[in-house]
Amino acid sequence: MATEPASRSEAMSTRGMSTTLDDPPPGTRPARPDPGRRRRAKPGTWRHALRRDWQLYSLVILPLLFFLIFRYAPMLGNVIAFRRFEPGGSIFGESWVGLRYVEMFLSDPTFWTVFSNTLILGGLTLLFCFPLPIVLALLLNEVRSRRMKRFLQSVSYLPHFLSMVIVAALVMQMLAIDGPINQIVKAFGGEATPFIQKAEWFRTIFVSSEVWQTVGWGTILYLAALTTIDEQLYEAARMDGAGRWRQIWHVTLPGIRPTAVTLLILNLGTFMATGFEKVLLLYNPLTYPTADVITTYLYRMGVESSSMSYAAAIGLFEALVGVVLIVSANFISRRTVGTGLW
Amino acid sequence: MVTTVKSRGYRVFQGINAVILTGVVIVTLYPFVNIIARSFSDERHIVAGQVNFFPRGFNVKTYQLVVSDPMFWTNYRNTVVYTVVATAIAMVLTTCYAYVLSKKHLKGRTGLIWVAIFTMIFSGGLIPQYVLVNSLGLTNSIWAIVLPNAISVFNLLVMKAFFEGLPRDLEEAAAIDGLNTYGILWRIVLPLSKAVIATMVLFYAVSFWNSWFTAFLYLNEQDLFPVTIYLRNLIAGATGAESAGAALSEVSAAAANIQAVTIMLTVLPILAVYPFVQRYFVSGVMLGAVKG
Repeated sequence: MATEPASRSEAMSTRGMSTTLDDPPPGTRPARPDPGRRRRAKPGTWRHALRRDWQLYSLVILPLLFFLIFRYAPMLGNVIAFRRFEPGGSIFGESWVGLRYVEMFLSDPTFWTVFSNTLILGGLTLLFCFPLPIVLALLLNEVRSRRMKRFLQSVSYLPHFLSMVIVAALVMQMLAIDGPINQIVKAFGGEATPFIQKAEWFRTIFVSSEVWQTVGWGTILYLAALTTIDEQLYEAARMDGAGRWRQIWHVTLPGIRPTAVTLLILNLGTFMATGFEKVLLLYNPLTYPTADVITTYLYRMGVESSSMSYAAAIGLFEALVGVVLIVSANFISRRTVGTGLW
Repeated sequence: MVTTVKSRGYRVFQGINAVILTGVVIVTLYPFVNIIARSFSDERHIVAGQVNFFPRGFNVKTYQLVVSDPMFWTNYRNTVVYTVVATAIAMVLTTCYAYVLSKKHLKGRTGLIWVAIFTMIFSGGLIPQYVLVNSLGLTNSIWAIVLPNAISVFNLLVMKAFFEGLPRDLEEAAAIDGLNTYGILWRIVLPLSKAVIATMVLFYAVSFWNSWFTAFLYLNEQDLFPVTIYLRNLIAGATGAESAGAALSEVSAAAANIQAVTIMLTVLPILAVYPFVQRYFVSGVMLGAVKG
């Protein structure tokens, strides 16, 4: 408010001196009641924009600082993948070492283990966590009692709101040697197994807890898409003699296809970072052979062993694969379905 | 579809559907039931593998034990403080940026939008971020928790979409009445945006309340930990993963009932508010989806 008189007098002082008559472009809020106002700067120039909207621009300063410091500076900070880094030194490293760290991780057998673990865990997660919400949404859609449907939705959304730490704690309690799963195993005459310490069980544990946590919440957008399908399409399908299954195949599924494609792209984009926090909470040296993923490996290399450059090189590789995945998924979706994220 | 003739096959399908959905409900809720049962049970029964749906050897001693640990409450208070401060900062930054992005006439708007969206496609990564926060000297302070994740681009786009949907005439009228941009945002736009603000506050608050990894990375003094790290250190003993060395956690790594009680006490606030806030989340996700 205090700035108002200043800007007004500024506008006054420029009046009459300018040579161009500028109407605000469409969508502009007229800053002053006087429509025939004149200004010095030509419309469309930065100078003009800054004069008119400097208050708006002032609002972006803090958010822009956030993006520059905490998002873009770390992007540039990736140069330490090609530079020698010293703790306490510059965050951009000391001197160039070329591709030394890249060659190092490419010839590191552990890197290839964690790389394939990442692909397998990401692939399995996608395989289950992408289609299951569609199935659950179709089933929920068939529930006729509104109250029952709302209750079912509330219950299935719940796990989404829990901290990853709580999810991991629940998983461990379920799988404890004295926990419910082992009680069932013993009831069928089996031997109690410390699942959480068995490398061969890790993928099953990871994917099923992921299903438990995400599938309910994943139905939201599909349920919304289902309500937008025109009832007349079902009517027409029935007239043509389509049964329930054919109605689902020819009307329902095409109706939710755009939603499905969008979510698939989003899932592909986060493919490389799949469940990193959960892995970090659930794994242990005994399960490293199947559980260790790229991000946990670079976390141990960088944060725990202080090999920052080596870890940054791996992280950069991971991020680049992520970009390639999301850009190509978006490209394919634009080609095939006609819509993408951008 | 309600109008269809209810054939025999359809009734069979409804029956199967009811069975499947009941199964979904049981599988979703059972872990909570089990944790409640464990938290009230005597440890002997837990170790013997006798606790599933109901407590065995009912007692509240474990609750008394956990709530008598001052560190638990210190960490709980930290979680509350971090959540409140982080949410406040996040709301100010997100609202300002989203409001500016919603002004279609603004020169450089596309660039500003891409500044945000690009960070969704390519992220700097864990290590450079860690190096940066360390070199800024934020380690072991609240700022390491509240600053590095101050803007969620998803929330930003939701808010932007909402602001774009507001009627423009009100703002224009306010401008004619002599309000400047700040006045319009504060007195006209924000009062009209209560619904989206409530949703955004909830989005941020829940994510900060639940977060643990930032604290795990940047805090290493026990009395700065949020309660999620307290719980994490309790369960870390159970995986055999490296323990961050909390006093109570080391003693009790094996005590399943202590773990259960701590889980209960940590999850309780979420369960308590969940029924009331759930619909805001659903509407927020919808709003975000429309925008994409």
